[in-house]
Order: sequence, then C-alpha cells, then structure tokens
Amino acid sequence: MIRRLVTFVDERSGAAPLLRKTLRYAFPDHWSFLLGEVALYAFVVLVATGIYLTLFFEPSTAKTVYHGAYEPLQGMEMSKAYASAIHISFDVKAGLLIRQTHHWAADVFVAAIVLHLIRVFFTGAYRKPRELTYLIGVLLLFTALLEGYLGYSMVDDLLSGMGLAIGYGVALSVPFVGANLALAIWGHPFPGNADFWSRMYIAHVLIFPVLIGGLLTAHLALVASRHHSQFRPRRKVNGERKLIGVPTFPGQAPRSLGLMLAVAAVLVLLGGLVQINPIWLWGPYHVSQGTNGAQPDWYLGWLIGALRLMPHFDVVVWNRTLVPNPFWGGILFPMLVMVALIAWPWLEQRFTRDRRPHNVLQRPRDAPVRTAIGSGFLAWVVMIFTFGAADRVYVFLGIPYETQLWFFRVAIWIVPVLLGVVVYRLCLALREKEEVERDQQAAVRSAPPSPRPEGSFPRRAETGAAPPPGSSEGRTRRR
Amino acid sequence: MKIGRKTLAALGVLGLLAGKGKRPRRERIVAAGDPDRRAELVVVALLLAASACALMFLVVYALDWSNLTQWLGLCLGGALIFLAAALIVFGQRLVVTEQLEEDYPEAGEPEEQIAVEQIVRESGSKITRKRLLGGAAGLAGGAFGAALIAPAASLGPVLDTESLYYSPWHRGRRLVDEDGKPWSADDIEEEAFYTAYPEDADREELAAPLVMVRLQPAALDLPAERKDWAPEGILAYSKICPHAACAIALYRTPRFEEAEPAPALVCPCHYSTFNPADGGTVEFGPAGRNLPQLPLMIDDAGHLRAAGQFSEPVGPSFWGIRTRRPSSS
Repeated sequence: MIRRLVTFVDERSGAAPLLRKTLRYAFPDHWSFLLGEVALYAFVVLVATGIYLTLFFEPSTAKTVYHGAYEPLQGMEMSKAYASAIHISFDVKAGLLIRQTHHWAADVFVAAIVLHLIRVFFTGAYRKPRELTYLIGVLLLFTALLEGYLGYSMVDDLLSGMGLAIGYGVALSVPFVGANLALAIWGHPFPGNADFWSRMYIAHVLIFPVLIGGLLTAHLALVASRHHSQFRPRRKVNGERKLIGVPTFPGQAPRSLGLMLAVAAVLVLLGGLVQINPIWLWGPYHVSQGTNGAQPDWYLGWLIGALRLMPHFDVVVWNRTLVPNPFWGGILFPMLVMVALIAWPWLEQRFTRDRRPHNVLQRPRDAPVRTAIGSGFLAWVVMIFTFGAADRVYVFLGIPYETQLWFFRVAIWIVPVLLGVVVYRLCLALREKEEVERDQQAAVRSAPPSPRPEGSFPRRAETGAAPPPGSSEGRTRRR
Repeated sequence: MKIGRKTLAALGVLGLLAGKGKRPRRERIVAAGDPDRRAELVVVALLLAASACALMFLVVYALDWSNLTQWLGLCLGGALIFLAAALIVFGQRLVVTEQLEEDYPEAGEPEEQIAVEQIVRESGSKITRKRLLGGAAGLAGGAFGAALIAPAASLGPVLDTESLYYSPWHRGRRLVDEDGKPWSADDIEEEAFYTAYPEDADREELAAPLVMVRLQPAALDLPAERKDWAPEGILAYSKICPHAACAIALYRTPRFEEAEPAPALVCPCHYSTFNPADGGTVEFGPAGRNLPQLPLMIDDAGHLRAAGQFSEPVGPSFWGIRTRRPSSS
C-alpha cells in the first residue's frame, strides 16, 4: 500500500530521494529550539482564525446605527467596521471565541518571535553561515509588529482610534516628508478618508500575511539548507561537522505536530476563557474622544514608553519643524533597534575577526562580550518598555508619574551599562569556575590513586592528560 | 497450550522461509525498538478523550448554551490538548526516537562558485561598449522605475499639504455640545471641562473638537495679544494634542489650591500636560508645541461663539506647521 503510493508519486515527480532525505533530516534536541516553532504555529492559528473573521468583518467607516444583541450600544451611531466587530462578538456563534483566539495568537506570535530572537542572539546562532536566516528573522519580527498594529487598529473602537492617531502623529513626524507621507497613507488629514480603511484592511489580510508567509518560507528554507545549529554534542563527535538529532520521521514529526496542537490548544483556551480586548466596553472612536489608561498590545509597549520618555521639544530651524517630537520615540528608536539587530552579526565578525562557519552554539558565558552587550541592550529596551506602563504603576502603586519619568530618563542609560559590566564579570567567573573543575577532573583521572597532600593539585604540566591552558584544544573540545 | 505455541512457531518459520523468495530482507533504516503496550493504551485513551471533547463542542455549538464562548473554548481547547498529548506520547514512546548523525553541508562549493562567475563573465564577452550599454540600461531602469512608482502619488494629496492647516472655526461660529445644542457661557462651570464642536460642521475633522474650561479671570496669564480671548475666564483650546493627535481627555484641577498644582489639561496617551491659564503652554510630557487656543466671545443670547481662528494649526507637528496660521477655507 505505502509502496504503491510512493511509487505513484515518485514516478510522476521524482520526489523519492528528496522525500527520503527529508524524512531522515536530523533535528537537534533542545527545548529552546521550539520557540521558533511556537511562533510558526501561532502564525498558523492566526491565518486560520483570521480567514474566519474576514467572512464577517466589514472594513468600512461608513456610518451605521447599531441594532444588535449588545444592549448598551443599542441605537448608537458607529462605523460599519466597529459594528461588524461587535456583531462578530455577540451575534456570530463562536465568533467571539475565534476573535479572541486570533488576538491572543497575535500576542503569543510576537512573544515567541522575541524569545526565539533572544535565544538565537545569546547562543550565537546567527553566526556564519546563518546570517541571512537571522536577518530574515529580524525582518519577520518587525513585519509582525506592523501586522499586529494594523489588526487591532482596523476594529475602529476607541483604543484603535487612539492608536491610529498616534500612528498618524508618528508618520507626520518624519523629517521633511512626514506630511506628504501621512497624506499618502491616510488620503486626508486624520482620521483619513474611506480609502484608508481599504488600505489598512488589504494590508492586514493580504499584503502583510503574504509578506510574513514569504519571509517565513525563506527563513525555514535557509534553516533546512544549512541544517540546524546545535549545542555541543555529548557524544564524542565533532559537532562542527556532524549534526546529532532526531530524524523528521518517525521521531520529530509527531512531537512537532503535537506542539502545534498544544499551541493551538493554549490559544483556543485563552480565547475561550480569558477575555481580551473587549471592544464593546471601549465604544466607537471619535477624534474628540480619548480615555485614560489606554495601553497598546504588549508588543508596542516599548514604543509608547519611548514616546512618553521624550522631553518636550521639536527641533525647529528657521520656523521649519525639522524633527517633530514623535520621531524620536516612534521612528528613530525602533529603527535603531532594528538596525542594531541586523548589523550585529557583521559587527561581531569585524571585531572578533572570526569569519569561519559555526555549527556549534555557544553558551552565553562562552562569549562574554556579546552576552554583556546583549544584556545591556535588552535591558535598555525592556526599561523603556516598562516605562510605557508608568501610568498603570501610578494607579496601582501610587508612585507619582513625574518621579518615574525622571527616574527612567536617567536610569535607562545607567542600568544597561551596569548590567553589562555585571554580566561580563559573571560570564568570566562562570568560565573560570568551569576551568578549575575541569582541571580537577583531569587531575583525578590522570592520577586517581596516588596519595596527595590535602588541598594540593598537580600542576597541569605534570598531568599530561589535560591540555595546556588557552590552547585551542581546551576551547573546542569541551565535553 | 504448549503444543499450540510450538506449532505456531513452526508455522511462522515456514512462513518466513516461504516469504524469503518473494521479498529480499533489507537492512533496517529505522532502528528497532521494544513495544510499549501501556503507552499504546494511553494514546488510545487520549484520542478517545479528544473525540469526546470534539463531540461536546458540536453539542454545545448546536444547542447554543449560555456562556457559549467559554464552553466552546473549553471543548475545542480540550480536544486540541488531548490530541497534542496523544501525539507527543506517540512520538516519545511508540516510535523510535533514535539520534542520527548527519553531516553538515560544506560551507559553499568553490568549484560551483567559480563556474557561476565564469558563466556570467563569459556571457558578456561579446560586448564591446560596456559602459555605454550600462549607462543606457541604468537610465532606462531609472525612468521605468519612476514611471512605475508615480501612480503611488494618487494615494493621497501627496504634494498638497494645504488640508493640514484646515480648521472649521471662524469668527461667529457657535460652539455646540454633543447633541448640537449651543453652549451658553452659564453652562460652563469651574473645575470641570467640556467638549465643544463647531455648529453645522464635520466633527471628525481634527480641528473641530474643543476643550473648554473656566478659570478665575484673575488667575489668567494669557499673552498680551490674547487678553480678550477668554470672556468671563472661559477658555477654549483644540482638543487634539499637538504631540500625536490623541484627544485631551483629562483635566487636572486642584481640590486644595495652596498645596496642589494649578489646573492643567492632560493627554492620556503620553501625558503631555498643558497650562490653560497662560495660553496652553506645555508644562510636562513630550508635546513639542503649545495647545492651540481659540478666541471666544459671548453673543447677546449668552451663547459661546468663536471670535476668530486658532492661535496656530491643530494636530501633530510636521515640516511646515510653524510657517502659517490655520485657515477655514
């Protein structure tokens, strides 16, 4: 039976050799390698739930009067976009489940990408020959951020409107061409004309998903062509040349499929049991309305933090506003982060002069400088992100907003540096401890029964078995 | 019993011998492993549980239970989680998870690289005027690219930024509330803030909504040319924050004047804080420009009307925002 199917396919496509290779492709085993897979499967859930939502959602700002199941909005004037999102939430059976699952999936999607990026960064997985895979991954992250922003902005509830207003302010703030850019996107000064809604919709349901799908395919194709990187294998093989892993089939496939279903399960359970973005409580958006405690989805928290941290000035030269304030936090800051992330592998190559290909991952302590700089950079972004919630901190803990603002304005520059130094020291200490332990083991192995005075160890030169300190042997063959 | 087993074994050997001629035995590719009958039962149980959840989902959906979202989520999520568990147990216990050794691909194949380079180089060997052709091709590419990009200008009034200075306000226009009722000066009390719209104009224009507050006339410290912009101490400002276009939806007003800070208008998005007493200057937060003020007057009926145009254009900053006043045309 199997044989007949395979024969049929192979005689018509010649796929058998490729298929055989694919089935025996080895996946190295480590939990942290699953983070990227979680992102992939969250994307699958996003596409599936998203398609369902398009069957009901109406991307239009045309006015309508609400007459549906939700009493408090009865008779209220609102856009068709908002009305249809309310309709999905209350009148479409299973509509709210799918809508909430979609929203949760978006949050998890970005979270998984970020964790995956952190893992890849601190283990040096981006090194040659995987720089392009990494570059595409970074682009995927930023595409996903924009996609998420468009998604929750389309609904036209009060919070989406406030988010779009900020987006408009940020677009206007691009030096020289901001006004032209914003008018090109919105078609008319904010809140824009009907074209804008068509644009946002098609961008969210077609352009960006296709872009993400394309980047994802390229990302995975590159991973497969260079094979996974791996942590140093325990077996006595050269990890740079031999990959140790579970084959796609039968080992990896059921587990990976299981992970996909588990991700879907968690998202559906969240979607069903944990409320997210109850748009009926926010009400429809009007330019004249705003609310306190407005927060974006988590993945834009770093941008709201950056916008809020800026002191109040526009850069003005001869009455021309060269750099409007939102530019710093809304464009320069994320661009800086993106450029730094993209440039890092090449910067590292330049400074370490290490242009050899690497298949074996490093532990954070194996590359103390990278780990220190990475930790500092991460702390910088995380602190700015944290400040984005300062108004909530004020509400819950009572620390005055102004105090927090001044604290963070100073601390975001000091804490990352301090953390970097501490992390660097920590890496060195860990390495030193390891070297001492290794020497001890080597000493014990070479001369176990010989009686030695307590506390004294044979020097390395005497043991013979242990490599001289600092030799390449000692660095690469650590088992 | 014993005999039966022996017979079976004999039959099996016979069968093997018979089968040997048809299909030659090949070396195993997938490593052999021991059977795990308990794990098989676990997988079956998990699959049954998944089926039960899925069927329950159908029932809940068909009967339209109350708390539908929660039940649907629970059933579907349950089905998925049992399926996931079944697959993972299956993957860990019922198939061999041997560790393979696989060669990493070589980092590049120099021979092929040289061949590619050679093909490209030799393909152009017939060409004598490389720079001329290159220049012409570059020109064609540039011109064609420009032609392709040009229609993007139709997206919006890209070069005409006039609309960004628009304001529906002009001298004499009445201020109305949400229901279209004109605001009377007497409606405006201290320690509260009010939203006003232009009468008979689109309220969804950025420059349309106003925020109004009343302060003690003695507390005002407006610039000299705005001395008569706040009759009876009633002040009107654009409700749109000049930082990033959010609505100024907060009004901080002291309950105990000696100890608490003076009244301020606050944007909830990034906490830009404006002082209404001195013409909307930025006191705190990221806004780079002051809040545009609209001069007011009180007509004979006691209604509030605009007495002129905003002090500066409304909305977030851009290149030309400081170059001119807003206009209502």
